[in-house]
Amino acid sequence: MKCSEFLQELTNYLDGVLDDHTKVELENHLSWCHNCYVVCDTTKKTIEIYRDSQLYELPEDLRTRLRSAIMTKCQQFKKRGPQSV
Amino acid sequence: MNAIENKLAGPVSEELTLVQAAKRGDDSAFEELVRRYDRNVFRIAQHITQNREDAEDVVQEAFLKAYGNLAQFQEQSKFYTWLVRIAVNEALMKLRRRKPERTVSLDEDIKTEDDSLPREIADWSPNPEQLYNQSELGEILSKTIQGLPPGFRTVFVLRDVEGLSTEETAAALELSVPAVKSRLLRARLQLRERLGKFFQRRGNGDGKATSEVKTSGDGKP
Repeated sequence: MKCSEFLQELTNYLDGVLDDHTKVELENHLSWCHNCYVVCDTTKKTIEIYRDSQLYELPEDLRTRLRSAIMTKCQQFKKRGPQSV
Repeated sequence: MNAIENKLAGPVSEELTLVQAAKRGDDSAFEELVRRYDRNVFRIAQHITQNREDAEDVVQEAFLKAYGNLAQFQEQSKFYTWLVRIAVNEALMKLRRRKPERTVSLDEDIKTEDDSLPREIADWSPNPEQLYNQSELGEILSKTIQGLPPGFRTVFVLRDVEGLSTEETAAALELSVPAVKSRLLRARLQLRERLGKFFQRRGNGDGKATSEVKTSGDGKP
């Protein structure tokens, strides 16, 4: 497997959806190609950092306010029909 | 790597029960659906619009639209995927209004293959997220993802942050599965490349980059 082929399969590998044969080839490539090993490892970290981040959490007070606004508008919609919203 | 955890609360069967009750006119059931998914919709909307007020609007508009069109919702698909599709469309409309000079589309073509090819191959510190305090890290992550084209960051957020499957992401964005996979690979590689300058292992220090997080006019860090 060449480095370019490894890159094409990287997302499938990280998502655990590779067939056994390709996975063995890819892991064999990773065992000797340090650059691809680093790219794989740091890509995995990138995903983990974003997934575990608290980025754009909805604050509880704003959440309550938004939910109340949504439900009020839903009630209006129900009473007067679609043209009211 | 562990399977990507889904940030959603509650099993799908409960979701269907709530949707059916809401369709029969039970507003408390609909309110429960809002409670379940408001955080997800807000996060997705803010990632796409990069603007807090717009994200608040998107949350309201998306739920209201879902409420108004509940009768049309086909129960063989997941309510959440349907809701995400509505929210993504609302968010993209906001973005188009804000940046009319730029084409905003999920079909936006990828400029060059080279954009995603790794150039920086230095290893990172063992615990890169610990190099910065939480607000610094938040700013780094936020500015970095802002530099991606909307089509890339939307796929990344749905797949890797919200934990939708490739098929669910494709359905929510009305893209093909290969298109989702291709965008996801490029988004992941571009984010990795851009984060590298903050997280690289340094020979003589704690690995912390000295440069501040700044973006130029084109949104690239």
